[in-house]
This record gives sequence, structure tokens and C-alpha cells, in this order.
Amino acid sequence: MAKPTKPPKPEELVKIDYNPPEKPWMEVPVEFKPGTFCYGTRPKYLEEVGLPNPREWSPTDDDWKLPSDWKDTVINGIGERLKKYRSFQLFMDICVRCGACADKCHFFIGSGDPKNMPVLRAELMRSVYRKYFSLGGKLLGNLAGARELTFDVFKEWWYYFYQCTECRRCSVFCPYGIDTAEITMMARELFNLLGCNTDWIAGPVANCYRKGNHLGLEPHTITSNIEFMLDDIEEITGIKIEPTFNRKGAEILFVTPSGDLFGDPGTYTCMGYLMLFHELGLDYTWSTYASEGGNFGFFTSMEMAKRLNYKIYAEAKRLGVKWILGGECGHMWRVVHQYMDTWNGPADFLEEPVSPITGTKFENAKTTKMVHIAEFTADLIRHGKLKLDPSRNDHLKVTYHDSCNTSRGMGILEEPRYILKNVCNHFHEMPEDTIREKTFCCGSGTGLNAGENMELRMRGGFPRANAVKHVRDSHGVNMLANICAIDRATLSALMQYWVPDVEVCGVHELLGNALVMTGEKERETDLRLEPLPGKEEDEDV
Amino acid sequence: MGALLSFFVVIVLVLIALVGVKGAGLYALFGIVIPYAAVTTFILGVILRVIKWSRSPVPFHIPTTCGQEKSLPWIKYNKLESPAGTLGVIGRMALEVLFFRSLFRNLKTELRDGPKLVYGSNKWLWLAGLAFHWSFLIVLIRHLRFFTHPVPAFVNMIDSLDGFLQIGSPHLLMTGVVLLLAVTYLFLRRVFIPQVRYISLPADYLPLFLIIGIATSGILMRYFYKVDIIKVKELTLGLATLNPEVPAGIGVIFYVHLFLISSLFAYFPFSKLMHMGGVFLSPTRNLANNSRMKRHVNPWNYPVKVHTYEEYEEEFRDKMKNAGIPVEKE
Repeated sequence: MAKPTKPPKPEELVKIDYNPPEKPWMEVPVEFKPGTFCYGTRPKYLEEVGLPNPREWSPTDDDWKLPSDWKDTVINGIGERLKKYRSFQLFMDICVRCGACADKCHFFIGSGDPKNMPVLRAELMRSVYRKYFSLGGKLLGNLAGARELTFDVFKEWWYYFYQCTECRRCSVFCPYGIDTAEITMMARELFNLLGCNTDWIAGPVANCYRKGNHLGLEPHTITSNIEFMLDDIEEITGIKIEPTFNRKGAEILFVTPSGDLFGDPGTYTCMGYLMLFHELGLDYTWSTYASEGGNFGFFTSMEMAKRLNYKIYAEAKRLGVKWILGGECGHMWRVVHQYMDTWNGPADFLEEPVSPITGTKFENAKTTKMVHIAEFTADLIRHGKLKLDPSRNDHLKVTYHDSCNTSRGMGILEEPRYILKNVCNHFHEMPEDTIREKTFCCGSGTGLNAGENMELRMRGGFPRANAVKHVRDSHGVNMLANICAIDRATLSALMQYWVPDVEVCGVHELLGNALVMTGEKERETDLRLEPLPGKEEDEDV
Repeated sequence: MGALLSFFVVIVLVLIALVGVKGAGLYALFGIVIPYAAVTTFILGVILRVIKWSRSPVPFHIPTTCGQEKSLPWIKYNKLESPAGTLGVIGRMALEVLFFRSLFRNLKTELRDGPKLVYGSNKWLWLAGLAFHWSFLIVLIRHLRFFTHPVPAFVNMIDSLDGFLQIGSPHLLMTGVVLLLAVTYLFLRRVFIPQVRYISLPADYLPLFLIIGIATSGILMRYFYKVDIIKVKELTLGLATLNPEVPAGIGVIFYVHLFLISSLFAYFPFSKLMHMGGVFLSPTRNLANNSRMKRHVNPWNYPVKVHTYEEYEEEFRDKMKNAGIPVEKE
């Protein structure tokens, strides 16, 4: 594999030409520009989960080593999915190409490439659909906007359907609710029928399947990673926390993305959870088997997503817990909120979630039985169950990034804001057209967060970064809070590139800072071991 | 290219009607057979298409949430943009279908020096779309007076409201003019906005030209080349009562108008115009955001191969024991 290329400088990158080329788009061949695509998957990852056509290959190869009947596989695959998904069938048929979605996509805004307009991304697929599945397309061909499926078309699909983060922003603006994510998902399922996943998605999928989490953390590594955090917490607060793992009979199973267990700033968020649960005396357990809330299977195929998601209910059942609490993550919550119960439910062995601290019944989770930690914590604060000292976050001027999935695939908008406003004194919203349901993607979702894809990520993240820059310039914002593990990993890189003096954190990191714990010593530092406001003097001397 | 081609197609359609009626005298073909065939195609085509759509299930519960979910009782949730129940969904769909709610959100994204991205309100497409669809609907309703006897009161009322400016004789009907202006705007933006031009297919121009042709021939017929309205009604009422006959002496422009309408009707089920039916079935809009409250069932859900806890423990038992993690089998 070639070494990742560095993206051009921001001032170069921002020279974006939005004018489409002279040639009609069907005549413009795809060009695999270094820095704008991910590596093809290694065969071992496909073998581990039993997906077809494992082999060494690269998207830049002339020969992708596809089986000889690959075209039939794709066409039949489309036909099968048209019958299984009304969304897919409908979205192939009803687009009027009004173009309202065009400048809503972060990849189009950041690249100017017309094939990144959601409408045209979908047309890449629709043109083939018309050729093989519509009368007009069969009879009139090109005149009806139809084209043959060729290897070049397949390559073009691959390039552009891995330039969509399934963020659904286009679907907010579409007058028919056409959701490009639905089309991208189908395209990616088709790629996986032929062994054409990306390495960065297939790897975590294989890890998650066998080891329980994307990062491939084995059980002892999970416990030791958490012990490191516990040491830090003890150093900061003087309190020793002893969480449990795989414990039967706990009331609550806690599941969070494995990103929170490995690497900052995710680990700081995780410290926040640990401190909160300890302070509450919550009867909960971690699981090393169901140690992943996220689901890269969701970026592979619905079947793979279901196979990975299976562990959460299975583990809840094995351990005999009453309900499940979920950590801060974006696509994890799309999956939990909109898919989990349908795939692997009914979870009739669990009970309707009730907060043991406030007695609040989470009626909105009564069938899925899984509660978002922001809902859980907001309820605690509302009932005055937490002692908070927001001045410990006074060195931070905070803004909040809604992640795509939690805003447009769930609708959890107020809870995280409520928590933030209670745990810090300086909170500023980004411009309204860039938050809530109109929020911009980090540019690296759906498994596009690979190092070799950096230019694309910086382009896709440009609208988000630009809105952060706006509040940095107008309000001195220096902290970008969010409730998504992929955000915590990718926004850091994005900020370094576009708005270097802004850092990234989870909401529960700031909660951990502000949380006044029973028996704690006077805090000198925040969870990052950096001195708290007013405690810096000693160091300056 | 697409625009020219579609324009040419509509011109050919006009010529076909002119030649067929004026040249060949095929009155019954253009006045009876083709309209019946077109309407039959329309009705059957639309029904078959909707049946085809409904036969594909909605396996997952995928509303696009555009507001706060229903969660804790003290958090105000957005009943219309993130509805938790059927009533909210009906409200959301009504806003979408009647007022084009999503299009109303439209923004224009602009990159300025800085670099600075600016988002401006951009409601022209919404306004033109709304003007176009509503005036088209009213025009259609007005036309009921050609197919009913006696004419229902509401049709007469709409007719007189539409002409309340009382300009000229016969009175100028506003919706006809609005329809023509709006559809012209929709055409012009397709031609002049580079991105929209780039994505436009012949199938995007064809309905626009057809409708421009229909509106123009209608306006010409009403205000300029007047046709014998009594005879027209004889023909249309005959069609509606399945007792068709073609009275002699209706001007050819009427047949052009009728043929273009027939073409639009026949084309409708095979085209993107089916968005009219499709919008009601769109699963990102017509589902309640209640998937954690109410289980959604996938009719084709099937068992998948999974990695069980037993397999996991088998592989990691020693490591788990060393790390003090409880195991099932010692």
C-alpha cells in the first residue's frame, strides 16, 4: 500500500471550483485522486467473517479481480434490494432533480465535484437502474438517462459511494425526503457481494465480530485500559473507583463505542462516565464481549450490521441485567434507535428502563430498553441529583456539534445542551444553519476516517470547521463538545487542520470536570491533567 | 441538448395534432380514442406503480428526524418535525404535501473570502413550486365545469374567485397566468443554474414543455382564438358520461390542447411525475419517530451467523481469568 499523502494546505484546499465541467457527467471518467479514497480491504478481514471474494487488490489497480459474473451479481443484487426496500425502489423512481440537495452536502461544498451533489450521486445508481429495470431506459437508453453497467461505472460508484457519510442532511431538504444514505447503503452492500469493502471498514468489522469491538481490544486490554483511566481519576480526585466487568446480576449493562477506551480525547469522556456511575453508586457492569456500541457492519451491509449488533442483547440476556445504558456515539445510536429492536429483538427478557436514582421511567425506550446516557444524565441534573461546579470548566468556551445520526436519525438535541449548560458557564451555539437537524458531518463518518483519506476528510469537514471558526472568532470558543466517538477521533484532526486552537471533547468529559464527588480532594487539574482555572500559578513560577 | 430534444418532441406532438385533425380530419381519434386511451393509461399506470411500490416492504424504521425526539417529559419535543405518533405524522405529511415544508427550508450555500461559508435563505424554488402546483390544481378543478352538468357550486365559486380581477372578456383567470409564469421559472432555473443544468435529463424538460404547451394553448383558446365553448362542452361532457360524440366545428387549437393533455396523462405513470404519489410513501417522512417505544417488524428478517459468547470465552478464557473477569466455564 502506498504511503498516505498529506492534504494540501488549507489555503490551497479552499480554492474550490463549483462550476461543473463542460462534458456531460456520464462522459467524465472517475479519477482516483490520492488522499480522497480508502485502501481496498485485505483478504483476511473478509475471510474472518465469511464475506465473498477475499483477495489482495487496490482501487487503483486496473484489475480488481472480480469474479467473471460480477455484472450479474450487481444487477441481481439491485433487483433483490428493490424488492426488499421500499426506500430504495421509491428513491430510484421519484427524484425530480430539482437540485435543492446540491449544496447541502458537505462533500460537495468542500470539493465542488458535481458527482458529490446528492442528486448526482444517486443518479450514478439511477442511470443503471433505468437501463435494467425501467421500460424507458431499456428502450431509449441514454435519452432516458440510462447507461450500461460497466467496470468503469462500478469503479465510479465505488469512489463516490465512499464519499458519502450517510449523514442524511440532503434528506432534510429534499421535498420527498429522498435519503442518499439509503442509496449509499445499497451500493455498499453490492460492493460487499464482490469483496470490495475498504480496509478501514472491513478491519473493524472483523475485529468486532471476533473480539467484541472495532479496535480489537482483547478482554484483558479493556480492563487494563480502564485501569489507566482509574489511576488518572484517583490522581485527580483522590477517589478509587472499582468498576466491574461481565458481572451477572447487575441492574444495568453499559455499552459504549470502543473508541472511548482507547486514545484521547475519547478516554476523557470515558473517565466522565466512570466518575458519574461511581458517584451515583450505580449497579452496572461493563462487558468485554459486547464491548462495542458502534457498528461498522452498518457501513458494510444490513446483514453484517445485524451480526455485530447481536451481541448487545445476547450479553444483556446472559448477564441477566434489567436494561441497557448506552454511551456517547453517533451511528451507534442510529442503529440502536432505528434498527436494533427490529434486527435482534424483541428484548422481552429486559425490563422497561427506570432510573434507579430518580425513578424516572424512560418511556421513550420501553421496547428497545436502551437509554442514551445524555437522557440519563439530563434527568439526573433535572432532579438535582448531581452536585456540579461549572466553574471548573471556566477555562473552556464551549460549542456543541450535533452528530449527524443523533440529530437526523434520532432527534436527541436538547439533552446534551441541557447537560452542557449545567456543567459549564461559557456555551455558544454555532450558526443555526449548521446545527441541530441542519448540522454538518465531521466529514469522516461511515468508516471514511482512514489516514489515507485525509484530503477528502478535510474537504468534507470544511463546513463544520468553518462554523467552529465562526464561533472561535466571535466568542473565543476553544472547545468543541459532541456526543460521538467518531467525532472525537476525527474532529481533532479537522480542528488541527482548519481551526488549530480548538480542542474536542465528549459531553461527559465536561461533566466529569464539573462533578463534585463525595469525598474528593480539592481538584487541581481537569480530566486532561491540565491545571484548573486559578490553579495555574504554581506552574508559572 | 436535453432541453432542445424535449422542445422538439413537444413541437412534433403539436404538429401531429394539427396534421391529424386539420389535415386528415381524424376528429374521433383525437377527440375520443386518444383521450380515453390516455386516461386509461394514466389510471392503470398510476395504480400499478403504487402497487409495485407498496409491495416492497419498509424493513426498517427510518424517519429523518428534523427536531427534538419525544424523550423526557420536561423536554419539549417537536411534534411536527419529529412526531412520536400518528397524528404528528399526519401533520408532518400535510405540511409536506400541501406546503412543501422541506423545500421551505432551502438554503443557498456560498463560499466567500476568509474562507467563510454563508448560508442564505433561498425560497424561490419553494415559491415557484408552490405557485405551480397549486395553480395547476385549481386549473384542473376549474376544468370540472367541462365534465359536469350541472356544474357543482364549488367549481363555479373557484372560477369566479379566480377571475375576480374582472379584466377583459372573458375574465382573466389568474391561475392560468400564474401557472405559466411558474412553469417558465422552473424551466429557466433549469437552464441558467449551472448545477441544475448539469443534472437535467430530457425527462426533466419534457413535462415542463408539455405543461407550457398545455397552458399556452389553453390561454390562446380562451382569450384569442376563441373556440365554440358550447360544442367543446358537448364533447367533454360526452367523454365524461361515456357517451362520446364529436360535434363539428370546434377549432383545431382545442385538439392541440387536448392532445398535449393526453400526452401528459399517458406519460405520467412512467415518469418522475410519479413523485405525486411517491411523496406519500416516503419512509423518511411518513413514519413516527417512536422506534424505541414501539417495535418495528421487518417482514423478511432472517437468522444470521453470529459469534456467540461461548465462542468468545473459548478463545479468551485464560486472558479473562488472568484479568479477573468472571467466566462461565472454569
